[in-house]
Amino acid sequence: MTNNQTEAHEHSMAPATGIKRWLYTTNHKDIGSMYLIFSLVMLLIGGSMALLIRSELFQPGLQLMQPEFFNQMTTLHGIIMVFGAIMPAFVGMANWLIPMMVGAPDMALPRINNWSFWLLPFAFGMVLSTLFMEGGAPNFGWTFYAPLSTTYAPPSVTFFIFSVHIMGISSVMGAVNVIATIMNMRAPGMNYMKMPMFVWTWLITAFLLLAVMPVLAGVVTMMLMDIHFGTSFFDAAGGGDPVMFQHIFWFFGHPEVYIMILPAFGIVSHIIPTFARKPLFGYHSMVIATSSIAFLSFIVWAHHMFTVGMPLVGELFFMYSTMLIAVPTGVKVFNWVATMFRGSMTFETPMLFSIAFVVLFTIGGLSGLMLAIAPADFQYHDTYFVVAHFHYVLVPGALFSIIAGVYFWIPKWTGVMYNEGMGKFHFWLSFIGVNLTFFPMHFIGLAGMPRRIPDYALQFADFNMIASIGAFLFGLSQLIFVYNIIQCIRQRGCPASPQVWESAEGLEWTVDSPAPYHTFQTPPDLDKIQYSNGHN
Amino acid sequence: MDHSFHRPEFQLLFIKSIFTKLTPVNNNFINKVITTTLLSKISTAFTYLLLFLTSYSANSAWELNMVESATAIGREIHGLHMTIFYICVVIAIVVFGIMLYSIIRHRKSLGAEAKPFHESTTVEIIWTTIPLIILVAMAIPATQTLVAMYDTEASDIDIKVTGYQWKWRYEYLNTEVDFFSTLTTTQDQMHGLETKSENYLLEVDKHLVIPINKKIRFLFTAQDVIHSWWVPELAVKKDAIPGFINESWTKVEKPGIYRGQCAELCGQGHGYMPIVVEAVSEEDYQAWLISQQRAQKNANQVSELSFDELMIQGKTSYDKNCAACHQVSGLGIPPVFPALKDSAIALGDIQHHIDIVVNGKAGTAMAAFGEQLTPTELAAIITYERNAWGNDKGDSIQPAEIVSFKQAQGQ
Repeated sequence: MTNNQTEAHEHSMAPATGIKRWLYTTNHKDIGSMYLIFSLVMLLIGGSMALLIRSELFQPGLQLMQPEFFNQMTTLHGIIMVFGAIMPAFVGMANWLIPMMVGAPDMALPRINNWSFWLLPFAFGMVLSTLFMEGGAPNFGWTFYAPLSTTYAPPSVTFFIFSVHIMGISSVMGAVNVIATIMNMRAPGMNYMKMPMFVWTWLITAFLLLAVMPVLAGVVTMMLMDIHFGTSFFDAAGGGDPVMFQHIFWFFGHPEVYIMILPAFGIVSHIIPTFARKPLFGYHSMVIATSSIAFLSFIVWAHHMFTVGMPLVGELFFMYSTMLIAVPTGVKVFNWVATMFRGSMTFETPMLFSIAFVVLFTIGGLSGLMLAIAPADFQYHDTYFVVAHFHYVLVPGALFSIIAGVYFWIPKWTGVMYNEGMGKFHFWLSFIGVNLTFFPMHFIGLAGMPRRIPDYALQFADFNMIASIGAFLFGLSQLIFVYNIIQCIRQRGCPASPQVWESAEGLEWTVDSPAPYHTFQTPPDLDKIQYSNGHN
Repeated sequence: MDHSFHRPEFQLLFIKSIFTKLTPVNNNFINKVITTTLLSKISTAFTYLLLFLTSYSANSAWELNMVESATAIGREIHGLHMTIFYICVVIAIVVFGIMLYSIIRHRKSLGAEAKPFHESTTVEIIWTTIPLIILVAMAIPATQTLVAMYDTEASDIDIKVTGYQWKWRYEYLNTEVDFFSTLTTTQDQMHGLETKSENYLLEVDKHLVIPINKKIRFLFTAQDVIHSWWVPELAVKKDAIPGFINESWTKVEKPGIYRGQCAELCGQGHGYMPIVVEAVSEEDYQAWLISQQRAQKNANQVSELSFDELMIQGKTSYDKNCAACHQVSGLGIPPVFPALKDSAIALGDIQHHIDIVVNGKAGTAMAAFGEQLTPTELAAIITYERNAWGNDKGDSIQPAEIVSFKQAQGQ
């Protein structure tokens, strides 16, 4: 195989063996794999917590746990899914794909790359260890509003703060690396408007990360000062302001939402054209729309805080700016639909997940538009309607795009085709499960059920039960995904061709499957490669 | 809603009756089927499904939409909600319709050939402009409603609402009426030892009584962490923030009981601090106000109670106010919520015990109950804690001693 030839040819640069390969590696593919596996493990841990939550909410009454533990579960579920599952999965994909897509031999800063990965297991080890501490794990929700997270927090909050710092350092270094790679290491001839969409969306995401992760670090540091050093940033009794916490948190938090969805836009912008056998419609407008969303994400944060008692002018500003986001987001959805229109479509697993992404993400976007209407938000805010909304954009949104991307690129990563039948089975179970779980939440939210309660009034019982059944269906069906991945890693399955998909386009498809340990050590000649996303 | 509906035995009966109604098979057969273990599990699952499909209970269990409002503003909000919802539905039908059409028609398996068009500035402009116009059209009525919601001027009655972990305090400004409103659902109901009542988790000891057709202005604040006061049918939701005062208002048109909950995570009792608003006629409100003022005066008058009376009252008050943390069993949830059984405080100096209950313990979750409870309740709880669960300390305290304790520290 070419792989062996490459290794023989560059024997001095072959991977080390054993555990040292993984500890010391500076190879973008190794680090990408570690990120992806780490995020899969976190997905399963965070998912188990979600299932515990749904078990408790299966029926009214307290069956399995005390409210105190319930709050710990909702907090850890949120933190682990956001920072442990979704974000590292996208970073893992960036590691694997960005160098191959831009024709670079590796990431620009390989040692930093290694470090930014290896910080994560320690950060999350620390978060999970709080479960066993006296006073229990953090119990104030993933948004950790002060003063519940300061004066009234369990002692483990300090460990929580430090692990958020570590995650932040990891993210910032990852972002710097992505920016440096994309700006400096593109193959000759690949100008910005020829970059694949995944690279574009990640470039913008990386700038968002750089801008807001320090803000998150700032806000948790202020918490630390309040808890241990006698300051009163968020304590009204000492002249501070609990609402200021929310402003700072959401100034980080809203761009964070787009950090979790922009790379997803990139992934489906590769998959839909491939299986529609048509170039992506409106490449330029996609780039402009992504940039506009990123810009708007900085001026909408207080729509998470419509009920904190902002002045009328503030409410109006944030309502209008939030509504504006619908415009570029709409453009993206319309472009994907136009890409499918008059194509020649087939429906392999990555395409199924991508189509579901477009439909269900749009549903999440539309409920987001409803939430933007400030007067109506007074009724939606902090209810299950919001829970339904953000799970629609994060689960069949971000997570489905990651799953689609894994199915799409895993033949390139492992050299083996996944089991298509199992993939389709996984898709249909997930699709049904996800809707069964999250759609009824719209209803119970509108009917008046607040978020983050361990027990509820009887009129919410029926839909909660449906949601719980759906959650188990969705959760357990992910084991098929795990099985498929393991089979590919174990090289069980048909060997994949370099092209893999009939009409896949991009530099990553010009190298062997599996991709050799080192690719593009000499820059590819773009003119010789049939390379087009319809814009060359 | 009859909670027995959710019990497995009932469901089995229910599915049997459905089967017998729907299918012309004999009862023995159905009994056989249902008693088979695996099948009975499946049928239980199906029963739930059937239940979903058949039981449209009076308690609006299958409510799909936002609750109808009892106020003019609430109806405006409901109208906005419906408008934006229909806009979303139309957009979804158009977008998903075109998508579905492509998915059905433009498949490779049907021999569809890809048309490689990939750019059109015209359509990009069109589908940027149309949403913009829709948004502007939507923003206008939304702005009007928001302006009305923010107009708290010229109120008839002002009520200060303070959030506590985990109860609400209502102070009717310019009157002496000032009381706490606490959940009355019992721990036994929560733990399934007792049938759940109709308003499970949505019932309190003292309602917030307001007159209809009067503009009520609420002033929200909180004692400890951030809470959020929400009554869906009044369409009022506002955060109660320690150290700050927020405003909102309502004008209820129909007499009735309106129930709501705290909407901001505020600790482990977040799900247990409901709100019950009782809207009554003006005359009834005035009568209530007078009786309330009288009752409040009486509450601070104390009388001598026997040990048994203290213990009985103590059990009731303890279960209502203390058991969420320290548990009905007195075992607590250590280390955050310490056990009271065999505890140093409950078995130690009674003055220290009083101090902890009245003033709370700084830096912990233990709140100051001095102003939340009447002297009688405080005396009963302290007596109960010293003698229940085998503590058997044998001493007791009279309400009058609580009064003098509080006077001594200038309360």
